[in-house]
Amino acid sequence: MLQYLALAAILFAIGIFGVLTRRNAVGILMSLELMFNAANINLVAFNKYIGAAGLTGQIFAIFVVVIAAAEAVVGLAIVLLLYRNWQGIDVDQMNIMKW
Amino acid sequence: MLENTYLIPFYPLLAFVAILFFTRWKERLSSYISIGMVLIALVHSLFVLAAMLSRHGLPMEKAIPFITHPSLHLELGMYIDPLTAVMLMIVTIVSSCVQIYSIGYMHGDPRYSRYFSYLSLFTFSMLGLVIANNFFMLFIFWELVGLTSYLLIGFWFEKKSAADAGKKAFITTRIGDLGFIIGILILAAYAGTLNYQQVFEKVASGVLAPGIITLAGIFIFCGAVGKSAQFPLHVWLPDAMEGPTPVSALIHAATMVAAGVYLVARAMSLFVGSAEASTAIAVIGVITSLMAATIALVQNDIKRILAYSTVSQLGYMIMALGLYGADTALGHHSPGFVAGTFHLMTHAFFKALLFLGAGSVIHAVHTNDIQDMGGLSKKMKITATTFFIASLSIAGIFPLSGFWSKDEIVATTAGHPVFMFLALTIAFMTAFYMFRLCFLAFTGKPRVQEKYDHAHESPNTMTWPLMFLAFLSIGAGWVGLPWLSHGFSSFVYHEQIHHSEPSYILMLASTVVALSGIGLAYMIYYKQRFSADALAEKFKPLHTLLYNKYYIDEFYNIVIIQPLLKFTDFLWWFDAHIIDGLVNFVGWLIIKWADIKQWFDQYIVDGAVNGMGYACMAGARLFRYLQNGSLQFYTLIVIGSAVGLIIYRVTSRGFIYYLLGASIMVLIRSIIRTSGMEKASTETNVQD
Repeated sequence: MLQYLALAAILFAIGIFGVLTRRNAVGILMSLELMFNAANINLVAFNKYIGAAGLTGQIFAIFVVVIAAAEAVVGLAIVLLLYRNWQGIDVDQMNIMKW
Repeated sequence: MLENTYLIPFYPLLAFVAILFFTRWKERLSSYISIGMVLIALVHSLFVLAAMLSRHGLPMEKAIPFITHPSLHLELGMYIDPLTAVMLMIVTIVSSCVQIYSIGYMHGDPRYSRYFSYLSLFTFSMLGLVIANNFFMLFIFWELVGLTSYLLIGFWFEKKSAADAGKKAFITTRIGDLGFIIGILILAAYAGTLNYQQVFEKVASGVLAPGIITLAGIFIFCGAVGKSAQFPLHVWLPDAMEGPTPVSALIHAATMVAAGVYLVARAMSLFVGSAEASTAIAVIGVITSLMAATIALVQNDIKRILAYSTVSQLGYMIMALGLYGADTALGHHSPGFVAGTFHLMTHAFFKALLFLGAGSVIHAVHTNDIQDMGGLSKKMKITATTFFIASLSIAGIFPLSGFWSKDEIVATTAGHPVFMFLALTIAFMTAFYMFRLCFLAFTGKPRVQEKYDHAHESPNTMTWPLMFLAFLSIGAGWVGLPWLSHGFSSFVYHEQIHHSEPSYILMLASTVVALSGIGLAYMIYYKQRFSADALAEKFKPLHTLLYNKYYIDEFYNIVIIQPLLKFTDFLWWFDAHIIDGLVNFVGWLIIKWADIKQWFDQYIVDGAVNGMGYACMAGARLFRYLQNGSLQFYTLIVIGSAVGLIIYRVTSRGFIYYLLGASIMVLIRSIIRTSGMEKASTETNVQD
């Protein structure tokens, strides 16, 4: 149990670090995937060890994977539009909402 | 005709309104309207007199309610009795004569029409005063005559002395009127009515306490003192001679000043209820009479002599009425009431004649000073003759009208030796000063040739009234001959007819007195057996005292007017310095306070408001750096917050850790940023 949770925490932390530090928008999306999957590991692990009825955790994890796929589609579409307008996907350049 | 007596005052009122609004610019027409109306009033008055005679003096009263209140019922009405009828005759006759006379006298005056409108207004007021049936209405007309008197005294208001005299007359009589209205209010309060008959009934039936009667009587008499120029309020009448002479004849000799006497006669039933009040009246009357007669001895202004003579004669009448009241109150019989009213009538005619004669003289020589006249009888035959007749009448020479009325007054004093002595003394002085005036003005050599040359007889409109009044001055007294069984005394009387037996001793005495007065004047001023100047020199202190009218004007000036002026000066000073100072100080304070408030508003309030704005702007300037447009920075905040909340949940001290965590993360990010991971970021911060 602890190993699963540790793995999930490490994955999550790596994901956060990636989100916070990557300047490439695609990289940020990838880091997000890491965080989703960390959560998925947690869901499955808790389902297995806490003793919840049925396969709720696993099903929830599959839902998350599906939603994440949809989210990645939307995110990549945005990235594509950004690239068309900015000729680049560096998130540091996307600061026209600045004060 | 008797039923419509109330119309009599309205004829002159109509004339007044017509002149004032319609015919002001047509002078002739104005005077004719005025005279026509007063003549109609005269005819109507004659009918009233005839009706009164035919019903043997039975009074007639008619009234409409005016103000109805549970505690006081006021009405407008008329009360016609023989006294009223006689007064109506006096007023309308003298008024007619004076108005006709005025055509000549006022000829060429720039305010000719206005003069006649005033005369009409006066006649209206005086007639209203006479027919009133209650004290309230009497007071209204009383004030109206005061007003017209003021207007007419100051008719030539360009002259300061005339304007001042008008004011003096108005203010002086006002003092008396204050007493009058107090008396009326006392009656209203205690008797609950102002109707003559109702008040008198209450007096007679003893409903009113004697003290109240005395008080009310004395206060009401105050009105008479003011209006009839009795001591100590007599000072206005001689000054009133500044008005046109016909006005002096009408208002200040024959009618208005007689209103005071009329008031005392009218309210006699009140005065007989109080011997004290009546005695006070008699004493005031005799003092006035004596004082005015002595002053008249030495004056040089023809109109002033006549004015003092008027004051003296009015005092005579007042004395007679007062003695009647006192005697009747004590249960004695007295002819005083008849004497007073009789003398009121005869005096009205001969005094009007004297004034009109004086006016004729002034018209001719343009001076009032008898020392500048002399010898005028040669040039002004009618004036001189009528003047002599009037003088004989006022002196009390048989058989002129003045003799009979004066004789009655002397008879009234029969039971009072002091009064009798004074009355005879006054009669003597009256004869003396009148003939001093006559001899100085009309006989001897002209003292100022130039004025004598200029003199001429007056026009017919002026001499006809003189002749008519001369006729009355001779004959008006004959209605009161003591031998008549149905004479004046059985027509005008108070409560019961007083038949006085003709007293030959008194007649003889008063004739002797009058003749000796005339004789003395004849010796001094006609024959010049004694020098008037030498006599004046011999009794210099007395002469000076009399010449200066006992210094009463000066006394009033020092005791009342000067302190009043000082006081008003003080009040002015007080107003200008203390009150204004205070007001200005308060204003100054307010300005200072406003300055402080303005400063406060500008710096504290505005400062606070602006400070708020500045604080907001400063805060915004500070916090806008949070909105740096960096997606990752926002994420950092979100995650940091989440971490902080978790820590808070675990340790309950999360806020500090949250800040700590957030700062650490910002630090970490800055380190990552500055470590050369980005290079393009500088060129994107365009808006900085």
